[in-house]
Amino acid sequence: MEWPGLGSAFWLQLTRDLRLAFRHIGQAANPLMFFVMVTTLFPLALSPAPELLEAIAPGVIWVSALLASLLAAESLFRQDVEDGTMEQLALSPQPLSLLLLAKTTSHWLMTGLPLVLMAPVVGHALFLPTEAIPATMLALLLATPVLSLAGAVMAALTVGLRRGGGLLSLLILPVVMPVLIFGARATDMAMQALDVSGVMYLLAAVLLLAISLAPAGMAAAMRISLD
Amino acid sequence: MAEDTAVLLEGKDLELWRGETRLFSKVSFQLKAGELLHIVGPNGCGKTSLLRVLCGLTLPETGEVYWQGKKLARNRANFHASTCYLGHRESLKADLTAEENLVFQLGLRCWLSPADIHGALERVGLTGRRTVPARSLSAGQKRRVSLARALASGAKLWILDEPYTNLDVAGRELVDQMMSEHLGRDGLVLLVAHQAHGVADGVRRRLELG
Repeated sequence: MEWPGLGSAFWLQLTRDLRLAFRHIGQAANPLMFFVMVTTLFPLALSPAPELLEAIAPGVIWVSALLASLLAAESLFRQDVEDGTMEQLALSPQPLSLLLLAKTTSHWLMTGLPLVLMAPVVGHALFLPTEAIPATMLALLLATPVLSLAGAVMAALTVGLRRGGGLLSLLILPVVMPVLIFGARATDMAMQALDVSGVMYLLAAVLLLAISLAPAGMAAAMRISLD
Repeated sequence: MAEDTAVLLEGKDLELWRGETRLFSKVSFQLKAGELLHIVGPNGCGKTSLLRVLCGLTLPETGEVYWQGKKLARNRANFHASTCYLGHRESLKADLTAEENLVFQLGLRCWLSPADIHGALERVGLTGRRTVPARSLSAGQKRRVSLARALASGAKLWILDEPYTNLDVAGRELVDQMMSEHLGRDGLVLLVAHQAHGVADGVRRRLELG
């Protein structure tokens, strides 16, 4: 028996998920809304003094990005499991890890990438020095896929539970803590005009590790959840 | 021909527990090309669970399922390429049309032209509804989309869980007709249904659970 190759399966899954996301664009934009709202609330609640905002900017941006992707992880697989399409994915001849990786990629394109693109605007609102914006964007570009991948593994694990929301956050947070630390550090160092390449390499290494290990973890966790 | 008479699907001593209750034990059967196995039993005796074990979604407590003589776990991609499972749920994305749903689901397993998919949808009587989002189809029409999936998949083994649900009289006849033709092409059918099926020829067998 022959079946279509891995590339076309990945592409089919990715385009299907993007098409579904675009038909519900409001829902897909939720994490971005959250990110923008939280970061713009800080100047209102604290004080609009530039020195204070500049000092807290790295922390605020990174914590909001982390919470925004945590918020998004919950919905990653739930619908597919509930309407039975996940069973059909598990029963297709394609490796489940590949299909779930494609789903996570589409999820990142809809929820992670907008955070990266919105970072300059948010940074500007928090008086982040212009020199620090490219480094922050690059660090977010490396970090948000890790957040999506870690979220996907944990979402696959908890999707069988009726109320997995709180548990999901508890599971994801410790895993993504290094990303938060390195990411905020990258912004901080760029603000002081220090060399950020070391932090970037670390983030890139974490991303490579996540891309190579997470798909197998997602597939194994999903098979348990479907059992 | 030797290949035609070989046992394709075999379950050996299957046993499944759900929590503290034993759903079934010592279930064994063999299925050859052109045969239909009708699984019957009262509600809650584990018919659907048995189907899920047989298609590899659930692991049995003991026992093994063999496809073409090889253990399922070692032969997963090959087995899933030759299997089509119609479960309780229709596995349709509500926001995609019937056609888009089929293009995606079948695209993962075989190369099909749009004409093949139109043909299958025409056969189940949904030609006029193929560009309607699945959420506005009726329950019976959704079931017909699933039937079209089985038709177009080219799978050797059909695993059908209550295929008659929600279908009108003509729809139930269509299911019987589809199964007869499939058996005529040396296909295999695993059927869970409370009512008697109307398949006339082919080798029919019954497995009673509970």
